[in-house]
Order: sequence, then C-alpha cells, then structure tokens
Amino acid sequence: MDAAPALAKPIEVEAQGLHYARGGRVIMHDLSCRFPAGRISVVVGASGCGKTTLLRMIACLNRPHAGRILIDGTEDVAHLSDGEVHAFRRRVGMLFQGGALLDSMTVFDNVALPLREHSGFPESRIRDEVHRVFEAVGLANVDELLPGQLSGGMVKRAGLARALVERPDLLLCDEPFSGLDPPTIRRIEELLLFVNQNLGGTMIITSHHNETTMRIADHVVMMVDRAAVSGRPRELLAGGDARVAEFFADVADSVPGAAP
Amino acid sequence: MSALGGVQSLGARSIAFVRDLGRFSVFSLRLGNAARRPPYRWRRLVREIYDTGVLSLVIVCISGLAVGMVLGLQGHNTLARFGATGSLGAVVGLSLIRELGPVLTSLLVAGRAGSAMAAEIASMVVTEQLDGLRMMSVDPLDFVVAPKAQAMLISMPLLSTLFVLFGIFGGYVVGVVVLGGDPGSYMSTLTDAVVFRDDVLGGFLKAGVFGLLVGLVATYRGYTALPTSTGVSAAATSTVVIASVATLIVDYFITALWGY
Ligand SMILES: Nc1ncnc2c1ncn2[C@@H]1O[C@H](COP(=O)(O)OP(=O)(O)O)[C@@H](O)[C@H]1O
Ligand SMILES: [Mg+2]
Repeated sequence: MDAAPALAKPIEVEAQGLHYARGGRVIMHDLSCRFPAGRISVVVGASGCGKTTLLRMIACLNRPHAGRILIDGTEDVAHLSDGEVHAFRRRVGMLFQGGALLDSMTVFDNVALPLREHSGFPESRIRDEVHRVFEAVGLANVDELLPGQLSGGMVKRAGLARALVERPDLLLCDEPFSGLDPPTIRRIEELLLFVNQNLGGTMIITSHHNETTMRIADHVVMMVDRAAVSGRPRELLAGGDARVAEFFADVADSVPGAAP
Repeated sequence: MSALGGVQSLGARSIAFVRDLGRFSVFSLRLGNAARRPPYRWRRLVREIYDTGVLSLVIVCISGLAVGMVLGLQGHNTLARFGATGSLGAVVGLSLIRELGPVLTSLLVAGRAGSAMAAEIASMVVTEQLDGLRMMSVDPLDFVVAPKAQAMLISMPLLSTLFVLFGIFGGYVVGVVVLGGDPGSYMSTLTDAVVFRDDVLGGFLKAGVFGLLVGLVATYRGYTALPTSTGVSAAATSTVVIASVATLIVDYFITALWGY
C-alpha cells in the first residue's frame, strides 16, 4: 500500500465499567480496559468468556447494558444515534471470525463493495484500490472466485482486505488465526504487523494462540472472571497474577522475566 | 391446576403472538422505507426476480397443467349432468383466474422460493454476513432484504399468470382433446364469461397481495432467525407454514371485502 498511503488517524479505545448479560448469564461485570492508539492489542481469555462480544460492542453491533466505551477519551460509542454509528463505522474495519464475506458475490465485488457504496470513485479507481489491498494482503488471481471457493487462510485475507480497503483508523480482528495451519498463522501475523506499521491504525485482535500473542502484541487484555486485566505482555506475565500465569503457562518459558 | 396451567400457556402464547405481530409490522415498515429510498438496487432486484422465477417456474407450470386437467375432468362430469359441457371453458377459466391461480401459486412459491429465501437470509445472519454489511455502513435491509421482498411481490403475479395459462391449456387438453368437446365453444365461453377488469385484473392484484405477504413473511423469518443451524431450518419451515396459512386467510378477506 505504497502510493499515497493516507495514514490512519489512530483511535484510542477505552472501556469503562461494562456490564453485559445474555440468556440470564452475566458475561461482563464492571469490565474496564484500554486499547492504546496506534498499537496492536490482543484480547485473550478462555473460550466463551466474551472476547467476541467485547469486539462487537466496540463496533456497536452489541450494546453494553451499562458502562461506556470511549473513543479518544470523549465520544461514547455505546450510546450513539444511528447516524453517528454510520459515521463511526466508516472509520472502523472488522475482520469477522468466519470472514463474513457475502457468498453470492465474487471476492472482488466483496472487497469493492465499501468503495462502491461510499467513495464515489470511478470503476477504474476502485479496481486499482482493490488490487492494491489484494497485493498488500497477499491475494492474487481471486477476483472472479466466490468466497466458497477459497481456503481458510484466503478467506481471512479476503476479509482483511475488505476491512482495510477504506483505510480504517481502527481495525478489529476476531480470531484471525483460528482454524489455520502454523505457516499460515505466521503469514497472517506478519501481515497484521505489516499493516500496523504501514497504515498506523489501532488494532484490536482476539486470539487464543498464546505464542502469536507474545510475538505481535504491544498490549494484552486478558478477560478473567467477567472483568479484565491488562498490560504490556511481559509486565502482565511478570505481574504474579496466578490466573494469568496459568493461562500463559505454555509460553512462560519463552518469555524472559516471566518466572512460572 | 392443569386448567390454570393451560390458561397460562394460552395467555403466554397469545402475548408472544401479538408481540411477534408487532415486530412484524415494524419490520415491514422499515423494509418499506428502505425500499423507497435511494439507492435503488435494480441489478440486485433483477437477479432476485430471476432466482425466484427459476426456482418456481417448473413447479408452477406443471401444477397449473395438472390442476387444469383435473378441472377439465371434474367440470366435464358435472356439466354433463346439466347438458352444459359447452361451458367447460368458462368454468375452468373463471376458477383458475379468480381463485386457484393466485392461491395455489402462492402456496407453491411459499414452499419453494419463500423457504429458500428465508433460509438464505437466516444463514447470512448465522455467518455474520449481515453484520459484515453493517460494519461497512451498508444497511442489510436495503442491500439484501428489500430486493428479495420486492422480487417476490413482482414475480408472484407473473407466475400466477403462467399457472392460469397452463391450467386453461390443461382443461382444453382434457375437455376437448381427450373427452371430445367442441374446441370453439371452449374458447368462446371462456372469453365471453371472463370480464377483464373484475376477473383478470382482480386475480392479478390478488397474486400481488400474496406476493407481498410471502415476501414479507420469508424475509422477516430469515432476518429474525436465531443465529444457529436450527435457527436456519426453523426460519425455512415456519415461512412455509405461516405464509401458506396467511395466504388462505387473506384470500377469504379479499374475496369477501372486494369480491375478487
Ligand atoms: N446468541 C447467543 N445467545 C446466548 N448466549 C450467547 C450467544 N452468543 C454468545 N453467547 C454467550 O456469550 C458468551 C460470550 O460469547 P463470545 O463473546 O462469543 O465468547 P468468546 O468470543 O470469548 O469465545 C458465551 O458464553 C456464550 O455462551
Ligand atoms: Mg469468539
């Protein structure tokens, strides 16, 4: 994404006192955490602890029952009007766990969709923009394919391409590494680091691959007991919280300064 | 005790029914709004009409032919008692145009294209495709749902017309070719008896009302499906049941109130 890479204006996200219950079960209770601007934050935690729900709240797809989600310290996305939600989402890209590509449209049309809807660019410009993100995420010769014809790794790349095509200030990725083989995981990792360095937006990623988390995270938010603990990865592991140590037991050896 | 329980569950079901009806009305209004406002998605609409038509074309034609042949047989036997087999064309034509064409087409289309429509939208809910659209600031009601409902509204009268034509042909085959009736009087009693404005236009409008009904029920059931695989199948089956029963009930009221 070299030519005129309009740098993102990274967003800082801060959740304060979130409460959320579903089907009579409390999933979040007074959960607070911060996602620093321009950095890669990784949200971890046991499956079913509410990682996806947290991402969806930041994206205004779910609303917390109490609490605030502040953008750059002021605007509260948990209580926006419909019109404001539209405007906010124009600054946000989201990669869903399953890709969420429209399966009746080609991969090209999927990625071109946000541009066709909003940019007013002529078709030739749209083609250039789409091919540029395809190149950035490492996709080639997929224009005419349908999402059903892609492999798991390619679906994630295509989903990422669609999330990036409007150059978001905030990128949300739900389990970008799940269901992928180790080499593909590595390549997606590199891709996310590349995107973060070259576009400069804020990234919030959920993952249960601890090794990956240790490699890419500037900031880790761990969801435990319906709330969250967070910090730089090493500080968090060195912090002596038994729940954190247990969760990261498999990578404790490889992180200097984090004695088990 | 059990009587009380029965009353309770009846009450609960009535409340749930009324609530569902309220939600259905709100959904229909929002859908109407989305369809009325630009951008008009002509290409998506044409494609949906094509899909609906392709799904239903063969069954509508075959069923029309079969129903017409049965009408020919039954009508011939009944009219023979009065020595009036010459008016077979009028009997077959009027029953098809006013009643059987629109109603049976609606039942067939609800079972074929309606259930497919509900299942498709529901599976888009499950795979987060609609949320994906929301994240691109594209309204799924406008982009996905409205073209489908409109396609149903448009294709139903056309399919019903096809049903009627095949039915009249089927009646001709049995009444004239098989049973040796007079070909001239089959057609002339038909054209004499049928009043364009009351019968043809009325039947056409009736089919349009059924199309709107089936389209709204199918899209509502799909759009509000639970995000699970049983949610998808429940959306499909309930569409068939609700749309079919609603067709028959609405048919009575249209006939009673407007005489079509
Ligand atoms: N549609 C739903 N209905 C009821 N409960 C749900 C639904 N979706 C998720 N949940 C519950 O919400 C909790 C959090 O889910 P989620 O955010 O997907 O967790 P994670 O992404 O961390 O695995 C889970 O325990 C799950 O049981
Ligand atoms: Mg999840």
